[in-house]
Amino acid sequence: MKVTIGAVVKGGTSLGYKTGNWRDERPVLDMEPCKRCGQCESVCPDSAIHIIDEYYIIDYDFCKGCGLCAYECPADAIEMVQEEK
Amino acid sequence: MNTKEITNQEELFVSGHRACHGCGMAIAVRHILKATGKNVIVVTPTGCLETFTSPFGYSPWRVPWIHHLFENGPAIATGVVAALKAQGRDDTRVLAIGGDGSTFDIGFGALSGMLERGDDVLYICADNGAYMNTGGQRSGASPLYSATTTDPAGRSSVGKFQMKKDIPTIVAAHGVPYVATASVAYLKDLEKKIKKAMTYHGPRYIQIDSTCPSVWGFPSDRTLEVGRLAVECGITPLFEMENGEITKVRKIKKKISIEDYLKTQKRFRHLFAGDQGREALKEIQDLADANIRKYGLLKQAKAETTTSSEEVFT
Ligand SMILES: Cc1ncc(C[n+]2csc(CCOP(=O)(O)OP(=O)(O)O)c2C)c(N)n1
Ligand code: SF4
Ligand code: SF4
Ligand code: SF4
Ligand SMILES: [Mg+2]
Repeated sequence: MKVTIGAVVKGGTSLGYKTGNWRDERPVLDMEPCKRCGQCESVCPDSAIHIIDEYYIIDYDFCKGCGLCAYECPADAIEMVQEEK
Repeated sequence: MNTKEITNQEELFVSGHRACHGCGMAIAVRHILKATGKNVIVVTPTGCLETFTSPFGYSPWRVPWIHHLFENGPAIATGVVAALKAQGRDDTRVLAIGGDGSTFDIGFGALSGMLERGDDVLYICADNGAYMNTGGQRSGASPLYSATTTDPAGRSSVGKFQMKKDIPTIVAAHGVPYVATASVAYLKDLEKKIKKAMTYHGPRYIQIDSTCPSVWGFPSDRTLEVGRLAVECGITPLFEMENGEITKVRKIKKKISIEDYLKTQKRFRHLFAGDQGREALKEIQDLADANIRKYGLLKQAKAETTTSSEEVFT
């Protein structure tokens, strides 16, 4: 890799590094009980939950499976399930 | 552009960084930038935040960001402020986000200088209570009787035997307009404090309890829970000081004992065995109780240090 002057890197380029394979457990979100409160999106350290047209989408390319979204969800709408490898 | 790319556009701290599972500091940074918006330049001394966001070629920052040395964050921030001033750009503000090691210890002289000069920087300490990036050595922010790699607990030691430095008070003593403490457990409160700090000019300081599952030793889904317990037992008081006066305190909702907080983390495990541990627990409880009295953390209690603290936000 060519090192730029001042080692300058373009912003947002970490999207080229998928952290999804760090995951042992996968959060599975059920939109039925979901109250659309936004807590899961808010607590995700990996910015891996997106709100698209009232729907909460977990980006498995980046989710590391920490379980925080499931633990903090007030509606128990997220379940952590073992990842099959 | 697909929908995923569109939603990622709004996020100023995107996916793909290399923080540990459930890292509190990563959550804090997301919310700091949500509160400031994109018109900021961030400087970050060496530490976890720098390391997990700077593998060459892969940056999660969507705002200009500079890494320099471990010890000179505040001085670099001062330089950026001076450069912006020379260019006549008063729409861009400067943030420094440093770890507790760089803030409390090695960069403290530089911080004091920045505060004394009155530079227009919001300095944020992402406090995880030790030198995590290098494996968890003690810092001036490590809590009393926590086990660190340089204060290991054992037959003749109950961990770090010095107190956590009271940096917010020391910063306030420089006569700065805004000082606050916050926690990743209360993200709306954290965002409010960042926004409030941005309404002031001059040096401002916010210290964020940045819970760290990997080194404190708790499961990665309890990052907010552990932060909440720290506040509810009184060991981590959350307050705001404006122009030297405490203006807001977060009241404890349901007081818990210090044991209820400490037992959640491996770094305090040694305190639950033997007489030495029992004595240590009493001392830590005394610290929490002293905070409760000093800041008036219980609903009915009056603050000793101030007459202006008020009932607060949720
Ligand atoms: C002058 C100097 N001494 C030591 C180091 C090694 N070092 C890098 S990061 C670090 C600890 C950082 O601790 P802290 O500021 O608390 O940040 P954290 O990693 O905990 O987020 C140390 C000792 C260094 N980079 N420079
Ligand atoms: S935290 Fe739970 S209830 Fe709230 S938006 Fe997320 S899934 Fe829905
Ligand atoms: S498991 Fe963790 S990383 Fe994955 S979406 Fe939930 S909070 Fe984010
Ligand atoms: S060691 Fe702690 S603070 Fe550092 S990246 Fe891991 S969880 Fe975050
Ligand atoms: Mg630290």
